[in-house]
Amino acid sequence: MTRDDAVTPLLSVRDVTKRYGARIGCAEVSFDLYPGEVMGIVGESGSGKSTLLNCLAGHVPPDGGKVIFDTRAEGPRDTLSMSEPERRMLGRTDWAFVHQHARDGLRMGVSAGGNVGERLMAVGARHYGDIRDKAIDWLGRVEIAADRVDDRPTAFSGGMQQRLQIARNLVTGPRLVFMDEPTGGLDVSVQARLLDLLRGLVRDMGLSAIIVTHDLAVVRLLAHRLMVMKDGHVVETGLTDQVLDDPQHAYTQLLVSSVLQV
Amino acid sequence: MIDIRDVSKTFRLHNQGGAAIPVMQGATLTVAPGECVALTGASGAGKSTLMRMIYGNYLAASGSIMVGDTDVAAAEPREILELRRTVLGYVSQFLRVVPRVPTLDVVMEPLLATGTPVEQAKARAEELLTRLNIPQTLWGLSPTTFSGGEQQRVNIARGFAYAYPAMLLDEPTASLDATNRETVLTLIEEAKARGAAIVGIFHDAEARDRVCDRQIDVSAFTPARAA
Repeated sequence: MTRDDAVTPLLSVRDVTKRYGARIGCAEVSFDLYPGEVMGIVGESGSGKSTLLNCLAGHVPPDGGKVIFDTRAEGPRDTLSMSEPERRMLGRTDWAFVHQHARDGLRMGVSAGGNVGERLMAVGARHYGDIRDKAIDWLGRVEIAADRVDDRPTAFSGGMQQRLQIARNLVTGPRLVFMDEPTGGLDVSVQARLLDLLRGLVRDMGLSAIIVTHDLAVVRLLAHRLMVMKDGHVVETGLTDQVLDDPQHAYTQLLVSSVLQV
Repeated sequence: MIDIRDVSKTFRLHNQGGAAIPVMQGATLTVAPGECVALTGASGAGKSTLMRMIYGNYLAASGSIMVGDTDVAAAEPREILELRRTVLGYVSQFLRVVPRVPTLDVVMEPLLATGTPVEQAKARAEELLTRLNIPQTLWGLSPTTFSGGEQQRVNIARGFAYAYPAMLLDEPTASLDATNRETVLTLIEEAKARGAAIVGIFHDAEARDRVCDRQIDVSAFTPARAA
């Protein structure tokens, strides 16, 4: 493992805390995420998992802690102390955020091709033909037919909207993807297709991802590692199958035994 | 290749009155390259528990579990992932896959994960599926729709696709007919011949006698039951 030990974590999270008045959103969360790793965050509603994700992605300012990202140009930097334009640039290039509701991550009044192309233009692409070709290529990768490229997302089904959101997010080749319940609200056959797609993308592009979900079957198939949260605190972490098959903490045992079958 | 020393395990059930169930104590065993060791003992003696601890699926309470240069009992998740990718294979009794992924892709995956070129991975997967009598018409379909025996054979093909230096086999010949059983035993012999260290659970005594060099009765590691 000597080769691995030399690798810098892509993301180092240290003591991230967010309070809402007296209430705890998430408290003193720390972990390292390495390139190519997918980490799942599970816990019931209100456990703080979405708050944590939003703090990490820079959508919500935490009250304390560090979120250190290994930037391409300058190496590890604390994203919380970056200037707003710097952080926004990161959000357009190396980072991507897949929302639970595709509507939150898409421009509903713009065509499917435009949704994908817009991200390319934001990082400097200018040639219309190239942008369109790349958009069509990505729509194909997420199994949206080329003849739908000029349709608006309002004309798409929920599963297609979600796939379009993923295409829009991944077209710029991000290195870290945040996902908030990416398969939530989709029917099971669409979920399966999306899981297969995500797994392939993770393997082929070597992306790292942090996935928040309450679906243990989803994390078993997608995540390498798991973090279990309760009341804003991390109660257990480990290899996904180990946490699910040999849970140590009382809450994780309850969570795992409450599921029909994972 | 595999060196287990003084491993113990206790299950603590927090939601059942905090019951602590000691299931293993002082487990010690070594497996050399090219050697196959069978775990034996009555049902519930801890064969699967020990195997799962070697794979890092269960946490060991104490002791060390060296597989190659990695101590599974103390390693970080990413070290265990790396170990599983390149060193330690596991053929479980049940196939667990993403729905809708074609059988051929399921079998190729361990090879692609280690950087084998697609054409080469495909050739190896096709060879294994052919040897295990999975009809070619099924290769493009997801194994989730297959019969139990077919799933088991797909699982074996996947497990043997990449040449792991260490392998764990949980009842690899269970529910197979004579022809396929013979194929699996040959695959195990081939793995031994190339130097793989193997730990296996075989209820099939004949198969065990044929491929295993030694047997370890895990009952010896079962703690005396406290009242």
